[in-house]
Amino acid sequence: MTQTALTQIAEKRNAVEVDTPKMTARNVDVFYGAAQAIDDVSIDIGMENVTAFIGPSGCGKSTFLRCLNRMNDTIPIARVTGDIRLDGKDVYDSSMDVVQLRARVGMVFQKPNPFPKSIFENVAYGARIHGLASSKAEMDEIVERSLKRAGLWDEVKDRLPDSGTALSGGQQQRLCIARAIAVDPEVILMDEPCSALDPIATAKIEELIHELRGRYAIVIVTHNMQQAARVSQRTAFFHLGTLVEYGDTSELFTNPHEERTKDYITGRYG
Amino acid sequence: MPFFILFLLIAGLAVIGWVAARGRALQLSRVHDRRPHSLPGHHGSYVALWLALPALMFLTVWSAVSPGLVEQSVLASPAAEMLPEAGIQRTAILSEAGALADGTMAAAFNEEAEALVPAFREANAFYRTIGIAATLVLAFAGGAFAFLRVRPDFRARNRVERVVMWALLIASLIAILTTVGIVASLLFETIRFFERVSIVEFLFGTDWSPKSATFGGDEGSFGAIPLFWGTVLIGAIIAMIVAIPLGLLSAIYLTQYAHPKVRTVMKPVLEILAGVPTVVYGYFAALTVAPAIRDFAVNYLGVTSASSESALAAGVVMGVMIIPFVSSMADDSLAAVPGAMRDGSLAMGATHSETIKRVLVPAALPGIVGGVLLAVSRAIGETMIVVMAAGLAANMTANPFESVTTVTVQIVQLLTGDQEFNSSKTLAAFALGLVLFIVTLLLNVVALSVVKRFREAYE
Repeated sequence: MTQTALTQIAEKRNAVEVDTPKMTARNVDVFYGAAQAIDDVSIDIGMENVTAFIGPSGCGKSTFLRCLNRMNDTIPIARVTGDIRLDGKDVYDSSMDVVQLRARVGMVFQKPNPFPKSIFENVAYGARIHGLASSKAEMDEIVERSLKRAGLWDEVKDRLPDSGTALSGGQQQRLCIARAIAVDPEVILMDEPCSALDPIATAKIEELIHELRGRYAIVIVTHNMQQAARVSQRTAFFHLGTLVEYGDTSELFTNPHEERTKDYITGRYG
Repeated sequence: MPFFILFLLIAGLAVIGWVAARGRALQLSRVHDRRPHSLPGHHGSYVALWLALPALMFLTVWSAVSPGLVEQSVLASPAAEMLPEAGIQRTAILSEAGALADGTMAAAFNEEAEALVPAFREANAFYRTIGIAATLVLAFAGGAFAFLRVRPDFRARNRVERVVMWALLIASLIAILTTVGIVASLLFETIRFFERVSIVEFLFGTDWSPKSATFGGDEGSFGAIPLFWGTVLIGAIIAMIVAIPLGLLSAIYLTQYAHPKVRTVMKPVLEILAGVPTVVYGYFAALTVAPAIRDFAVNYLGVTSASSESALAAGVVMGVMIIPFVSSMADDSLAAVPGAMRDGSLAMGATHSETIKRVLVPAALPGIVGGVLLAVSRAIGETMIVVMAAGLAANMTANPFESVTTVTVQIVQLLTGDQEFNSSKTLAAFALGLVLFIVTLLLNVVALSVVKRFREAYE
């Protein structure tokens, strides 16, 4: 094979495109003040997939995730350039309302952060803000459906008026997922959702991600490579603010193309 | 030798002791050729403490006791036999003689005093010599005792630490004991008051008109309800209507919206409000706010009964005064709500103000309530503003344009001027003070426990 042919194969394998993109990012840079946190990242998020972002600490995977629903807006010194689209519409365009964007692109955080309100009110929060329910019955239905989808209904159905902060860590995290689901988003971003949980609670969340797949485009940031291998179909490896490699999860873990990816997944660093 | 020269002498000896012991410890550690348990400085401090503390304690006790001893020996002298048996005359002569002996007085009014001066001088000199000698002996004995214990394995470091612990304990006990003393004095006077006036009348009576009963006549009535009502109206209602919204909203602005640069300027400026002397607020209320409110009420609202000393004027100015309390407590509580909570709400698509209204303020509510309770307790104990602006008439009225009076104003009224301290009128001030103390104490306890529980929830 010639050198050009090799390069072509490499380019194909490192292609950032997927067949049914829900979100597309092209040439995204993020700066915190003068420091560059993300350097020229282009990637597609597929509708049918769970996409995992892996990489060592500080590689920018969470920063990039927070660009997708413009959560970096809340950090005054952060500056995002490049092009990020949701269904072809620029999310950083002035015509895009951040309130609506976040209703369509939900987020689950690293540490469970239920509001100091009842379980019911936690789930109803988004629906109230976006005016999704016009009656008490409708709200009850939204809360029940969301809790069922989050696999929490059976555990909490008798204690909906109790405080959300009284639940166990794993239950709190599923409550946060139920809260995100309640506004019927199209994309769910999960920022290391299991890093504060024990193995049993982690297994439940992973099971839940399997069940939610297909209904929502899911992006999960994780520092746990086994988790990425278990839950995702596509995996992106970030290093030092750049996207090193993006491909099918099975391929990336068994036959990494880039030397840095190989070193990382074999535990050479990270 | 005056007290303070002796004090300096002891201090000087302590320094010498410190240097000597430190040198000795250094020398010993060289001789024994192993690392001593304590640093040389600790040995020095140990000796200095032993030298100075017992001597100074004795000196303090002695200077309290010796005047009594001097007087006793003067009374035992032959010159004292011509003194009158008892009464004011006797005390006056004695103290005059003492002053003459000291040289603080040039000549006596009572001639008898002159006769006692030599006895006083003699006794003074005698006891002073004993005091100085004993102090110095104690200092040397203590210093020598400690100096002999300087050895490489002696744990001077731990002993010095223990002295530090005791010193800190005593410092905190003094504050607590002072509080206990205040409560006790209030309590005793209050009990005396309730021997004269029934507690039921005081707590539930609605007529407040204490009079000076010079010849055992009518002492007036002591129903304190109008005062309690006036206090509540000004401090807990009007002031809070002003302070809670303004304090809370400014805290929300400062923590959530203000640019860091704006915050660094505005927060200290707001806190300056807390540093303005209350008497300044008082005349601002009395000279500026009160007339303006009266004119407004009379001209625009048609309230002809509006007084130039209105509850509203005092309450509004007091409200402004406590804005910094409410706002700084609310500021702290809002800042203590984890950022994750805010992010969670924003990520749901809530706007900034929705996040504040639905998540941050409810989460910070216990802290905010605690701050408000502290502010109330501060407001009802506040004196100068109400003295200058609220008036003296014990009215039971809900009309904020009328004059009302408060517990603190009445305490000032009852105790200023020449008063006898065994009339119901003056004793009533102590009963009022006790009620005020109990109420503010309860408010503070409740507020602090609310705040504490809130802190625990997020740490």
